[in-house]
Amino acid sequence: MGALFALLVRDMRLAVRVGGGAIMGALFFLVVVSVMPFAIGPDLALLARIGPAVLWLGALLASLLALDRLFATDYEDGSLDLLMIGETQLELIVATKAIAHWLTTGLPLVLIAPLLALMLNVELRAVPVVMLTLAVGTPALTFIGLVGAALAVALRRGGLLLAVLVLPLAIPVLIFGVAATNAAIAEATPFSPPFTILCALTLVSFVFGPVAAAAALRHGLE
Amino acid sequence: MELRAEELTCVRGGREVFRHVNFRLTAGQAMLVTGRNGAGKSSLLRMIAGLVRLAAGRLLLEGGAPGAEIGEQVHYLGHQDATKPSLTVRENLQFWIGFQGGDGGVKAALEAADLAMLSEIPAAYLSAGQRRRLAIARLLAIGRPIWLLDEPTSSLDAASQERLAERMREHLAQGGMIIAAAHGPIGIESASELRLD
Repeated sequence: MGALFALLVRDMRLAVRVGGGAIMGALFFLVVVSVMPFAIGPDLALLARIGPAVLWLGALLASLLALDRLFATDYEDGSLDLLMIGETQLELIVATKAIAHWLTTGLPLVLIAPLLALMLNVELRAVPVVMLTLAVGTPALTFIGLVGAALAVALRRGGLLLAVLVLPLAIPVLIFGVAATNAAIAEATPFSPPFTILCALTLVSFVFGPVAAAAALRHGLE
Repeated sequence: MELRAEELTCVRGGREVFRHVNFRLTAGQAMLVTGRNGAGKSSLLRMIAGLVRLAAGRLLLEGGAPGAEIGEQVHYLGHQDATKPSLTVRENLQFWIGFQGGDGGVKAALEAADLAMLSEIPAAYLSAGQRRRLAIARLLAIGRPIWLLDEPTSSLDAASQERLAERMREHLAQGGMIIAAAHGPIGIESASELRLD
């Protein structure tokens, strides 16, 4: 446990220091979402209707942004070798890195979402629900992205490969995240079915993400 | 404590790097791995650390801590120094002590590596030799019996090389083992030599 805690603290520290990804993710989210109304025009009804989708797309792209460096920096400076030599299970190490990544890039997205929801004319009473769905759904994006990040290191390709690998896998999360948010806003359909499926997707990603990422690293770094 | 390698064979990228490598190392002994570029010196060290799969042969550690695998008893000092530029020297070392479970004093290890003056400086500002010394401080702070050193003296100046040799002799005197890949002498006269061709 001590080892994992040390890793968590280190990764969070690195994310908030110069060159870390924490602020970039939130800024990117802010920029993507605030550019959207300019492209769509001043139609408030339309904005309110597509608002949840825009928020989710922004969150998806922002959480992908810093992910490709998740293992790459550790690989390049030799830290990954030392992380893998130790007695700590690689699956747990990988999961710890994902948690640190979510706390520094996913959580800020959830926290600034109300501000952006306001810009997209989302009703005030729906804002807590938007935050809730993002809080539940963004960890799934991180844990799915984890597999892509590990593969990118193992195959020694960065950047676009990650997006190509991860985006299709993230589609279910996107569908049910937006569905739950829409249900909360429009109240035309019940909220709990899409929301519980979203919760299930997140739980599944918690299990499969670290196992798949650890397998990719073991196989690729031989 | 004894580390024994029997008929090790290494295959990387479909190509056989070395085959039938045997050696035996007991507590307090050092071994120098030499050979031309590409002979597999680094691969051998990575294999002992558990980072490269054994294509054939076996590695045995006798008399170590009960139930512990070889990977948990080695220090691996590779070509890279595993330091994070945005963390300070002290934070870098503290992380590895926390992760690898050392008992060690950060301060004492930094002093032994002659980095005490730089402890609050981000590692980004260190020279290559100072970064190397920070990596070596990790070996001093966390006690593990087997040191695997891949060209440990690279980018170290003469004084630092001498200090490293002194630390290595201390480690051997305490019953440790050292396996070092190098092209020249590393300052341990008693070291045996394993030549890879």
